[in-house]
Amino acid sequence: MDFKDYYKIMGVARDAKEAEIKQAYRKLARKYHPDVSKVKDAEARFKELGEAYEVLKNPEKRAAYDQLGSGHRAGEQWRPPPDWDAGFEFSGAGERTGQHADDRAYSEFFESLFGRAGRAGGRSGEPRGGEDHHAKVLLDLDATLAGGTRSIVLRVPEVDAEGRLLVKERTLNVQIPKGILPGQTIRLAGQGTRAPGGGAGDLYIEVEFQPHRLYQLDGRDLILELPLAPWEAVLGATVTTPTPGGPIELKIPPGSKAGAKLRVKGRGIPSSPPGDLYVLMQIALPPTADEKTRAAYRALAAAAPFDPRARLGV
Amino acid sequence: MTPRNADILQGCIVECDQPLSIEDLSRLCATEASCIVELVEEGILANEGEAPPVWRFGADAVRRARVALRLQRDLEVNLAGVALALDLLDEIERLRRRLYLGG
Repeated sequence: MDFKDYYKIMGVARDAKEAEIKQAYRKLARKYHPDVSKVKDAEARFKELGEAYEVLKNPEKRAAYDQLGSGHRAGEQWRPPPDWDAGFEFSGAGERTGQHADDRAYSEFFESLFGRAGRAGGRSGEPRGGEDHHAKVLLDLDATLAGGTRSIVLRVPEVDAEGRLLVKERTLNVQIPKGILPGQTIRLAGQGTRAPGGGAGDLYIEVEFQPHRLYQLDGRDLILELPLAPWEAVLGATVTTPTPGGPIELKIPPGSKAGAKLRVKGRGIPSSPPGDLYVLMQIALPPTADEKTRAAYRALAAAAPFDPRARLGV
Repeated sequence: MTPRNADILQGCIVECDQPLSIEDLSRLCATEASCIVELVEEGILANEGEAPPVWRFGADAVRRARVALRLQRDLEVNLAGVALALDLLDEIERLRRRLYLGG
């Protein structure tokens, strides 16, 4: 497993005081909170940060980590030495909540050091029978555009016969309902915790989407940036344009400007009602200009007296 | 490996059409009804109906309540702070939309 440098993750010196660590955590937590941040890997950064803080805010865990941590670099292959924690006593479970099945999962590195018991606790206590489970997944946009089955891996805390908390991986193949929108929830009836001899709770999966190669997501609408040649924008054209339902022939009106948009009705997310596709026009110049092209530009310059900087007043 | 048909779980989208009761909403957000009441009192969630037992919530309440509860838990923000953050997030979203679509 990879060694994790918790000090580097939190951006603090190895001799940072508790107050500095708390301050760094608060600042970075606001920056990377997945509900607030638009940073690409915010979710992963936020988890990593929570894990680092869990260790560094606790003097016992921090001392233990410091003792084995010196001389290792982040990302280095690493095994905990045997009896590494002799002489340190961790005072019970962490105080962080384990409310969601998977969003509090710690890294293998953390669990090899501090065990999984650090996950216990939380508002509703340990999982009991017949409870609902909640999870959040990041799907590809094609899952909602075309529907289909996706494998979802959940990390589910379970209590064994001796009362220890274990984390089990559970893989589910889920049919994604076509047209599901970001923030919506899939309910899988009976996939929660089963009560001994009783019924089972439900599993609720909150859905968000990864960025797509072509389309930006805006609620149920999609936005596509469509590059046009200058003459296509000026003269008008019919261009082949990708849409989620397959390519269409899109008519570009003469005199189109960069940044203007065309709406293709009903070609957004196939929800009910379906969203629209907005085509945002961009003007692209030919990458190279050979002599023939340059001659054409000179002819254009002569034919169309045009001062693009007229507004600048110089 | 393609999963066999028998192994594929069919789910349904919740919070689609029908308005949600306070029990529905607290179950979907894995929280207590009292937390939902606090969110309503702070003006974070819009609802219809006179008293909690007959309150009805729209589809976007689930996402809003979840974000509010996560911000409260993860950043230790009080409810007034959460309400402010949500309003600012909405405003950013509106501006982002304007930036792309020109209004």
